[in-house]
Amino acid sequence: MLTKGMRICSVVCLAGVLVAWFTLGANLGWTKTSIATQHVDEITGIEFPVFENRFVPGVEFLALGIGGAIALAALSFLPNLKKNNL
Amino acid sequence: MKKTLVLLAIATSTLAQAEPLTFDFKDPKGVNNVVFKLDAPLESINGTASGISGTVTGDPDKLETITGRIVVAAETLHVPNPVMKEHMHGEKWLDTKANAEIVFDLKSVSNVKRDGNSGTADVSGTFTLKGISKDVTVPVTITYLPGKLKARGGDVDGDLLVIRSNFTINRSDFQIQAGQSADKVAENIEVSLSIAGASPKKS
Repeated sequence: MLTKGMRICSVVCLAGVLVAWFTLGANLGWTKTSIATQHVDEITGIEFPVFENRFVPGVEFLALGIGGAIALAALSFLPNLKKNNL
Repeated sequence: MKKTLVLLAIATSTLAQAEPLTFDFKDPKGVNNVVFKLDAPLESINGTASGISGTVTGDPDKLETITGRIVVAAETLHVPNPVMKEHMHGEKWLDTKANAEIVFDLKSVSNVKRDGNSGTADVSGTFTLKGISKDVTVPVTITYLPGKLKARGGDVDGDLLVIRSNFTINRSDFQIQAGQSADKVAENIEVSLSIAGASPKKS
C-alpha cells in the first residue's frame, strides 16, 4: 500500500515540477525572483529596466524536483518495504 | 557710448554662456542605470544598479572643462537570482555593508570630438570599488540637451546632460576574490553606464 502510494507521489511530483517549470517560463538559467522589462526614456533615449517581482523557476528547481521524484520512486523499491508488503 | 554698451552687452552674454553648469545625477524618475555583465565559461551573470547620485560641473559647450563625481549605491546592485545576489553582496565578494559606494571621480576629459550637442571623449579619473581606487580612462558619449528638463515632467526649466559609457574592469584589480572561481565568475566585468543629470535654471 505504502509502496504504491510512494510511486504515485513520485509521478505526481515529477509531473507537477515539469508542468510548473514549463508554464512559469521554461527558464534554462538559475531561478529568478524578479523579471526586468526594458523601457526607454523618451527625452534622453536612455534604456532602463523596470523590475517586477515574479517567480521563474530555473534548472535547480527542475533538478530538485526530478531528483526528489526519483528518490521517492527508488525508496518504494526498497526490499524491506516490499517484504513487509506495506 | 552706444558702442561701449554694445561691447559690454556682448562681453556679458559671452561670460554668461561660459558659466559652468552643475548637473545633478540623482534621478527621481529611476532611469539612470548601470548594467554589468560577467561572461565566464560556465556561467553568465547579468545585473543592474540603479542607486546613482553625484554631480558633474562644467561648460557643456566645452566638454574638456567637465569634472565631477558619480556614485553608485552598492546595495542597489541587482541580479535576478536571490542566492546569487546574497553572495554578490556578501563579505566574500563585494562586501557592500563595508563598502557602500562605488565611485567614479571624473578628473579630466580629453580627445573630445563634437557633433552638434553630442560628443565623444575619453574621461580620466579614479574608480573606487570595494574600497580600492584605481586610475582609469574610459570612453564616453556626452549629449547636452538644453531646455529639456521640463519635458521630462516637473515644473522646473533647465538642461539635461546625458552620459553613456561602456568599459571593462578586472575584478582582481579590486580584490574581488582575485583569481578565484574564474570558471563561474568572469575576471572581466563589462560595465555600461547610462545616466542623465539635471541642471535646473536659476530663477
